[in-house]
Amino acid sequence: MRTLKYLLQKEYRQIFRNKIILRMIIAMPMIQLIILPLAADYEIKNINIAVVDQDRSSFSRELVNRITAAGYFRLQQYTHSYEEAFPLLESDKADLILEIPSRFEKDLVREGKQSLLLAVNAINGTKAMVGANYLNRIIQDYNTDIKVEWKTPAMGAKMIEIESVNWFNPHMKYAFFMVPGILVLLVTMISAYMCSMNIVREKEIGTIEQINVTPVKKQYFILGKLIPFWTIGVVLFSVGLFVIGRFVYGIVPLGNILALYAYLALFLIAVLGFGLLISTYSNTQQQAMSLAFFFVMIFLLMSGLFTSIDSMPTWARWVAYSNPVSYFIEVVRMVVLKGSGFGELGQHFLVMAGFAVGFNGWAVWNYRKVS
Amino acid sequence: MKQFLSFVRKEFLHVFRDRKTLLLLFGLPVAQILLFGFALTNEIKNTKIVVCDYAHDGASRAIIQKLEASAQFDLEEVLLSHEQIETSFKKGKVKLAIVFPPHFESDLQHLGKSKLQVIADASDPNTASTLTNYISSITRSYQQELGGVGDPYPMQIESQVRMIYNPELKGTTNFVPGVMALVLLLVCVLMTSVSIVREKESGTMEVLLVSPFHPLMVILSKAVPYLVVSIVNLAVILLLSVYLLGMPVKGSLLLIIGESILLIITALSLGLLISNVAASQQAAMLMSLMGMMLPTMLFTGFMFPLENMPLPLQLISNIIPSKWYYIIIKSVMIKGLGFSAIWKETLILFSMAILLLSISLARFKTRLA
Repeated sequence: MRTLKYLLQKEYRQIFRNKIILRMIIAMPMIQLIILPLAADYEIKNINIAVVDQDRSSFSRELVNRITAAGYFRLQQYTHSYEEAFPLLESDKADLILEIPSRFEKDLVREGKQSLLLAVNAINGTKAMVGANYLNRIIQDYNTDIKVEWKTPAMGAKMIEIESVNWFNPHMKYAFFMVPGILVLLVTMISAYMCSMNIVREKEIGTIEQINVTPVKKQYFILGKLIPFWTIGVVLFSVGLFVIGRFVYGIVPLGNILALYAYLALFLIAVLGFGLLISTYSNTQQQAMSLAFFFVMIFLLMSGLFTSIDSMPTWARWVAYSNPVSYFIEVVRMVVLKGSGFGELGQHFLVMAGFAVGFNGWAVWNYRKVS
Repeated sequence: MKQFLSFVRKEFLHVFRDRKTLLLLFGLPVAQILLFGFALTNEIKNTKIVVCDYAHDGASRAIIQKLEASAQFDLEEVLLSHEQIETSFKKGKVKLAIVFPPHFESDLQHLGKSKLQVIADASDPNTASTLTNYISSITRSYQQELGGVGDPYPMQIESQVRMIYNPELKGTTNFVPGVMALVLLLVCVLMTSVSIVREKESGTMEVLLVSPFHPLMVILSKAVPYLVVSIVNLAVILLLSVYLLGMPVKGSLLLIIGESILLIITALSLGLLISNVAASQQAAMLMSLMGMMLPTMLFTGFMFPLENMPLPLQLISNIIPSKWYYIIIKSVMIKGLGFSAIWKETLILFSMAILLLSISLARFKTRLA
């Protein structure tokens, strides 16, 4: 036990002595946590639209007025022909072209039917779908209104009204969703990078030999490495959630804080174990770093933070399920936003305990005191 | 020149001797482009929902059947009472609950109107509103079926939607150029930034600096092997994205390669700059990975639309090289535009490369502290 105490003393001193690194591992994540959630806004608005109005009737003008008044669309240009509008789509100045054919009003009244053309830049499929749907809804509403204007509503129409309720985030703030997730990513990155680099550094500069010849047991050596980074992770998470989350974004955790911290503790053990595992497989910091980069990037993009896991193909869902970060992001969101507690998290705890034991066990088994 | 070549040769040997790093250098972009190209999508599919049906009549059953048939929803459970909704939300997976009130069908038949309650887990606001929209389009189509064939008002405006550039609305079209930009940029920055600091840390930099060779050349020769490695990577990435992921190459391939090399050079210069500033490999890694990974991911513009961001952040996004590269690649590969459409972006990228390279060469210290 005393050995561990001295080892810890050494590690903490080394961390606090290097002021540049210390500042970087505290300031960089926190600055990113303040800035990045503002950038992650998926509400689709500001759709630029070009209108080709060949009709120029009161109907077509009214329709265009409604579209611009809806708030999602910004009228970029009002042109006479499709050929004139297409370069706008090409150069990303317009996301969508609406073509209103000539004789739109006349044919609608006379033949009872008319069709409009929507051309959408669909490189980003989601944005295209959402934009086209918004526009269609405005067109359909307009359609209903002119029908009502021209004829008295017939009897016997059947309507299903939808009453929609938004739980857990009634103001629909996207930042509420992103802040906990980004915080998790930042904590993961710091812990995994720092832990994997630290031990390899001792290998590379040769100081590990000195420790290897001492009677220090390998469990103690490893614990001495893990505990300091574990505390840094806990501190970062707390500052991020209770200072930045609370005062910058106004997020107040609803659920059981104790459950959240219990999970954080377990998660950090798993991630640090992973860092340790990387360090046992590398001989230079460069190797450790490229390994860490590879896996952290997968952890990040497959975490369900930016794109939904449910929508992935089945094999990719399995990759996402074997990613500890995706579980922690889910748990943080559940506890902070939905108010979940120990009761709902049983399975999550079990999985994370599995990760923790698996990674650490593998790392300790693979760690050799002889080079 | 001969000196330079022999230095380059030395650097190549360094890179190729370290098998593990080399394997990662080549394996990493390939694995990532494949994984993310296939897995990432912004579509919303297979969302788990629960239904609470107090009505148990024909109308509610018909709508539930429609929900089950759609690709967007995955009916998880039929609940017996309202109270169970909260528990199923708190357990995590369920994103939406639909409540049919008692007398749903008879209200619809006799009063001409009935209410359907949709409760969304809005902790993810985007998914919540998209799902609510899907539900309303499903009920609308049911309504139309009920309404019968003859529309009482014959003034129908239809809209034909034409999805340009990506008619099947595939996620890859959007994500592959983004991941290309991300992978090329980060790998180059990381590798160059570390390789120079490594010589500082292990003390061999002293030896190089006292040699008769010009110090600037020492630095440049470090970048050459990574330039070559990155170009090989680029070729592999392009082959994979065209033949495996089905990305189109509508524009000139030569232009794509040229622009990619420009991005690689920009990234190498940024890596050199970091390696000049950083004192240790740890510091270099923190700057290039911790400092750059998330910002590059978000500000490139393939995750979240840049035009939604607040103005200060849009300004920040301008200094991210991959943003410009992403625009260029989309224009050339997918839209098939020529150089005249992207000369501005190219110019910006080019100036970035020149600026970064000159700053890092100017800041290079020939004396070590």
